[in-house]
Amino acid sequence: MKVLMSGNEAIARGVYEAGVRFAAAYPGTPSTEILEEFSKYEGVYAEWSPNEKVAVEVAIGAALAGEKALAVMKHVGVNVAADPIFTVSYTGTNSALVIVSADDPSLHSSQNEQDNRNYAKFAKIPMLEPADAQEAKEFVKLAFEISEKFDTPVFLRSTTRVSHSKSLVSLEEPLPHQDKTRISYNPEKFVMVPAYARLRRVEVEKRLVNLKEYAEIFSENKMEINNPDVGIITAGMPYNYAKDVFPDYSYLKLGMVYPLPEKLIREFVAKVKKIYVVEELDPFLEEQIKAMGIKVIGKEIFPYTNEFDPGIIENAINKSTKPSTASVQNIPSRPPNLCPGCPHRGLFYVLGKLKVFVAGDIGCYTLSFMKPLEGLHSCICMGASIGMAHGMSKALKEKGKGKIVGVIGDSTFIHSGITPLLNMAYNKSNALIIICDNSTTAMTGMQEHPATGYTLLGEKTKQLDLKVLVSALGIDNIRVIDPYDLKETRNAIKEELAKDGPSVIISQRPCVLFKRSKLKTERALKIDPDKCTGCKVCLGLGCPPISWQKIEKKEGSKREGIAMIDETLCNGCGLCMQVCKFGSIS
Amino acid sequence: MDNEVKSILLAGVGGQGILRASDIMCEALMEAGFDVKKSEVHGMAQRGGCVTSHVRYGSKVYSPLAKLESIDIIISFEKMETMRYLNYLSKDASLIVNSEKIYPPAVNIGDLPYPKDITKLLQERYKTVQKIDATELAQKAGNVKAANVVLLGAISNLMEINSAIWEKIIKKSFPEKLIKMNLAAFQIGKTA
Ligand SMILES: Cc1ncc(C[n+]2csc(CCOP(=O)(O)OP(=O)(O)O)c2C)c(N)n1
Repeated sequence: MKVLMSGNEAIARGVYEAGVRFAAAYPGTPSTEILEEFSKYEGVYAEWSPNEKVAVEVAIGAALAGEKALAVMKHVGVNVAADPIFTVSYTGTNSALVIVSADDPSLHSSQNEQDNRNYAKFAKIPMLEPADAQEAKEFVKLAFEISEKFDTPVFLRSTTRVSHSKSLVSLEEPLPHQDKTRISYNPEKFVMVPAYARLRRVEVEKRLVNLKEYAEIFSENKMEINNPDVGIITAGMPYNYAKDVFPDYSYLKLGMVYPLPEKLIREFVAKVKKIYVVEELDPFLEEQIKAMGIKVIGKEIFPYTNEFDPGIIENAINKSTKPSTASVQNIPSRPPNLCPGCPHRGLFYVLGKLKVFVAGDIGCYTLSFMKPLEGLHSCICMGASIGMAHGMSKALKEKGKGKIVGVIGDSTFIHSGITPLLNMAYNKSNALIIICDNSTTAMTGMQEHPATGYTLLGEKTKQLDLKVLVSALGIDNIRVIDPYDLKETRNAIKEELAKDGPSVIISQRPCVLFKRSKLKTERALKIDPDKCTGCKVCLGLGCPPISWQKIEKKEGSKREGIAMIDETLCNGCGLCMQVCKFGSIS
Repeated sequence: MDNEVKSILLAGVGGQGILRASDIMCEALMEAGFDVKKSEVHGMAQRGGCVTSHVRYGSKVYSPLAKLESIDIIISFEKMETMRYLNYLSKDASLIVNSEKIYPPAVNIGDLPYPKDITKLLQERYKTVQKIDATELAQKAGNVKAANVVLLGAISNLMEINSAIWEKIIKKSFPEKLIKMNLAAFQIGKTA
């Protein structure tokens, strides 16, 4: 049976078809749907772990206990999980372990564009790269086979375009789950002290030699000899782009991007005249192929940045630089915005008006860096806000007193904010940290986390009490505020900034899109056109339903326009009512 | 080998039901026996930003993304969004343009005007431009939310899929109580 599936749905399906029933992940675009889909299958264990490092460690533990396991994350998640990944490469997996890295060429929803194929080489772990949903399903199954056969973790690399494209997939009967779990002891293999790790280090090199041999016969490293004038070496989605515009050229499509099949590459090279290596981002294949002494054309004609499309490959190879005839029209941009009634809006409205530096973090609230709020001044990676706020305040000393704030979402705080907050208490910081607690992981689509009190499988569980946790870390000044109350929010921030020592404010109010929210959205607000002076103060909230339109100036009136609220969008949060000095909103 | 691949672009604003519409379109194409691929971008784009989906079909499709100047049909769910993707349209592209205007922030707060004379510009440049008030037509069918299905009805006239297939897929795509209304919306769009 054929069905239409996204790459992510297909990966989940493949894992299930492989008889695997154990997976852990932390959400992150474009990887999130893999675990959400997997968790819907009968009889699986799937969890949101607090971060990617924990997810990988959970999967390693399951594999050590004999259960085949999957860990899933976006590309930057692999940075967080890199520590266990580099050493589980030494220990091997006992059962089977597959790590999915979903990369994001073009940074559709990420803070950087790193090419995680480099991790495969760096950690000496084989990596498969599918080109569409059908392959995504097949390759994840092959990844489990390779993991088991070679006692190695295996990477499956997806990209946004593979994860979020849909195409036809043939479903197969899932293999039944086999319970092979048991406790086994093998310290030489699993206690990575120097003496044992040195021995395992040698095994890793032997394994790589075996994997290279395997790559030569791996069924998904495929040669297609058509027109012998041009040969294209490629992998993943760029294969589809190239085939789209050059269906008649010859291809070597690599299903395994590390390690490379050197003999197969030489065989291909001998059959074609001119060779192009077509790959997005880094010259990962190109450098390795050039190191074999083979002449290929690569990054001298293809871009390093952004994802490709068929036209980019066509133009690069045909050397055409013809400008597009129908240029894009210059029309107003449509940046993403905080939702109407978003609890982050009130907090960042206040922060933007105070003369403070706000070290930001990643989540929906990052959007408040934009006009008109401009309430966030840095964003590096998840958890960075707290360490950075502390570092800034230490470096600035008196100059920074009362001027440094770190803001972090609840999911992000749990992901990687706890340790740096402990550090602030320990190293006597002076900065203020605000936890934007909207009771969910909003940015990636409302995932559960330890402070929501529910698991991925929908079970009720022990709910983390953020206030108790913050207190246990050694923070004495803690208060909880409602960001819908601008006055309370402003006063709390000012008071805490005036204090010596670190403070934490928990800004608490569920996301407006939150499914379990007990708070019903309030009735839509209205602006009284007779009372509105057209002063534009309410526009400073950047709230989508509020607009402002010119009106004809009346005799003796300074009023040039009035504000209006689109009732179909307004959630009635009341912020505009609080900022209006003329009582014209009700 | 004759492998003509057709490319459709669905464009608009988050919340307009674009991804749902492109899913229904792909299911219908699959049912009609085509190979089909579609691509879309989730994530940040959903918070009120632009949303697009490429749908490509033929006897064998490789790329889920169309190249510039190659789109055969664009359905624009929001009027001005059409203008953002003109560089994707082929010279002979057909355009279906919803008259709904959703103001972007800069227009909302009076900093920039909403672009004028869009239809005129499009008609000067392209032979087949169909204007359609999908929101109003959806209301006639019983629910403004069905504007996306009205637009599917409109594009169905330009695609090689028979009505029975569309009907079957629409029935499959909605809960029982919304089926009648969506079938009506499709029909209204088809005859608009
Ligand atoms: C290491 C890493 N993992 C995952 C992500 C993807 N991601 C960005 S923000 C975010 C969570 C945001 O949740 P929260 O902090 O609660 O803020 P909210 O969006 O709810 O305001 C996630 C998972 C990332 N950028 N980096």
